[in-house]
Amino acid sequence: MEKSFALLENIEKSFSTVSVLKKVTVGVGQGEILGLIGENGAGKSTLMKILSGIHEPNAGRILVEGKERRFRRPADAKAAGIALVPQEFNLCPDLSVAENVFLGAEPLAKGGLLDQAAMRTRSAALLAELGARIDPDARISRLSAAQKQIVEICKALAFDARLLILDEPTTVLTPVEIHALFALMRALKAKGMSMVYISHKLGEVKEICDRVAILRDGELVHEAPAAGLSPAEMASRMVGRELSEIYPEPAEVRGEVLLKVEGLSSPGAFEGVSLELRSGEVLGLAGLVGAGRTEVAEAIMGLRPASGRVEVGGEELRPGRPREAIAAGVGYLSEDRQGSGVIVGFSVNENETLASLPSYARGLFGPIDRRRERAAAEKWARLFSIKAASADERLEHLSGGNQQKVSLAKSLDPAPRVLIVDEPTRGVDVGAKREIYRLLRDLAAEGIAILLISSELEEVLGMCGRVLVMREGRAAGELSGAGLTEEGIMFLATGIKEGVSA
Amino acid sequence: MTTIRKAPRLDFERFGSLVALAVLAAASAALSPHFLQPQNLLNILRQVSYTGIIGLGMTFVITAGGIDLSVGSLAAFTGSLAVLAMNAAAAKGLSEPSGVAVAVAVALFVGAAGGAANGLLVTKGRIAPFIVTLGTMAIFRSLSLYMADAGEFRSQNQLYGSIGSASVLGVPVPVWILLALAAVLSLALRRTRYGRYVRAVGSNQRVARYSAIDVDRVRFVAYLLNGLAVGVSATLLSMRFNSVGSSTLGQSYELDAIAAVIIGGTAMEGGRGTVWGTIVGAVILGVINNMLNMVGVSPYLQGTVKGLVIIGAVFIQRRRQE
Repeated sequence: MEKSFALLENIEKSFSTVSVLKKVTVGVGQGEILGLIGENGAGKSTLMKILSGIHEPNAGRILVEGKERRFRRPADAKAAGIALVPQEFNLCPDLSVAENVFLGAEPLAKGGLLDQAAMRTRSAALLAELGARIDPDARISRLSAAQKQIVEICKALAFDARLLILDEPTTVLTPVEIHALFALMRALKAKGMSMVYISHKLGEVKEICDRVAILRDGELVHEAPAAGLSPAEMASRMVGRELSEIYPEPAEVRGEVLLKVEGLSSPGAFEGVSLELRSGEVLGLAGLVGAGRTEVAEAIMGLRPASGRVEVGGEELRPGRPREAIAAGVGYLSEDRQGSGVIVGFSVNENETLASLPSYARGLFGPIDRRRERAAAEKWARLFSIKAASADERLEHLSGGNQQKVSLAKSLDPAPRVLIVDEPTRGVDVGAKREIYRLLRDLAAEGIAILLISSELEEVLGMCGRVLVMREGRAAGELSGAGLTEEGIMFLATGIKEGVSA
Repeated sequence: MTTIRKAPRLDFERFGSLVALAVLAAASAALSPHFLQPQNLLNILRQVSYTGIIGLGMTFVITAGGIDLSVGSLAAFTGSLAVLAMNAAAAKGLSEPSGVAVAVAVALFVGAAGGAANGLLVTKGRIAPFIVTLGTMAIFRSLSLYMADAGEFRSQNQLYGSIGSASVLGVPVPVWILLALAAVLSLALRRTRYGRYVRAVGSNQRVARYSAIDVDRVRFVAYLLNGLAVGVSATLLSMRFNSVGSSTLGQSYELDAIAAVIIGGTAMEGGRGTVWGTIVGAVILGVINNMLNMVGVSPYLQGTVKGLVIIGAVFIQRRRQE
């Protein structure tokens, strides 16, 4: 590692008594893309927060271009040329692209006023350099997730960043956008930019990274060129054991129709969607981000105005009544865990019963039956092996995978017959993913009808026997049996024959 | 795995205000031997019970993510109508006890109606609570002033006034009512579905909506409860003086009520709150006033001390959370 641009040496970090990083040494070379992988809680984020000045290590050294540096605050790391592109973008939605790029370091004209023109021309130049067609005057709130990401990268370049840390950059992107991001990363790399790429999507890690560093329980367990590592090997080294089959064997026994949707439309979101879902079946709902899949789920749940017919077990649901949808037996796992799924300030137990509370208390002012509520918490903790100190632990102290399990428990607590899961494994590590797949499989085996919305093709193919693909707010087609392939889904989702390999 | 456990320490959110109260009380006792006399302590409790009762309702409103600035004006408006109705009843020959019943019924009804108006404007009108209650604050006060021509309404009912200054087992009636309401509302906030929903709505409205919680109903009921609390407080206040001053009754009560809630550890941004904390907050304000009076600080400076305490309390809570 002689030509390291940045080197983290024997880094140790603990929070209160828990040791999160144990003597980790890892470096990134000039113009190198380093993949950093590990399960949730392995220490990836903490390590990168140390490199970007958010946390200070308890022990160890940080060297940038061979010189020891001490980062007390993010500005120190920025000055050393290290920039973090966070998973959740740090952009002000009501400011323009140019204003965001220079936020906190605005160029001034004579007289101390903002030099708007300079900001605009410089961000336009940077955007052009990145090959992005984004108007520097556009408001951030008008941009797509992919465009926001480019603005974040632009922000880093404006401060002469020489090392970019990309934290799960592809979670919010469509396959086509991922392709574009990778092209951009390769272009930056050719100019000598170093990058750290954090991701749970191991196939992508193999595709884009030069070298891969694997963390497990705060220790660096493996480091090797990406060319010599298969995603399967990465996964097993992350978990520390062989991962047999990630997806459990499908044992589909289809029963009666439990969910019937006919001609469902929601203005501005989707139109004329019909589907039938049988007991014991896992139906996939695929499509690009923005194709209207989540909106269909929200309409079924009565969370968004819609016309058309929704029947659950033969009973028609009235639109706009989420309470009725739950009472009729529909469970819903939202794609946006912290935005609309769970309350991080609530305890595990309080979250689990939030949607089913009417069955724990008679009337709005009736006392909650704490004993039954506790019993439910115990049941879910056992069933999902949720790792929390107790059911009273606040959710914010749990790892992402465990939060997701609580979220899933919440959608299952009303004992639904139909379960709609929207991106059930988003931001969850391989081990937890596998557990969630098994849980869904078990639920289907019990006769629950499952509608699986997912952007991960691998997941859709592994879990579903039948897949409905949406494109631009309409059902583009249905695939099953031999026709159910990655290419088939991409063709329907994009309307382009070549799909991602374009 | 990653579950980071906090080292055990004093739960500041819950007991911080209690510690502050103990310190204040000790200081007051040291400054003046008069402080610990039962009569003085009961006086403090009586003085804080009027804003304390409003603070109880305010705890629900703030925990649900709202605010209500109209409570002081609504108290004046409510009290005025109650006394007017009682006097009208007396003119028709109703007995004094019946008159008291009329006044209480009118006060509760008007208070609830005022709270409901705020609640409807916030939920159905989709107007920010600060704006809605800023508007109704002006309206209720102006209506009271207009009705009384900026003067006061005197009650002709001697029984009404005697209830307000009565004591049961040596403890003033308003204090009993404050404690009884606190006991009931504390249970409601901690143990009922509604209380859980109030915290859910205040924590994250979107999650609440996605959990099939009727967010508008939860917020509406919070304003309604607060209006009822104002009705109770207005009754007790008008009983205390056996009259209602249209310009003075409830003047700046919104500040005292909100201050009691915040000092008691309820989060201004919603989601977290306790009823007993609010009581402690109200008593802290009362003890400070009492102490300043005893050591002879100008009454004009008392607002400065109160302001510093509010800012200090929130400052400490912030730091504890980080």
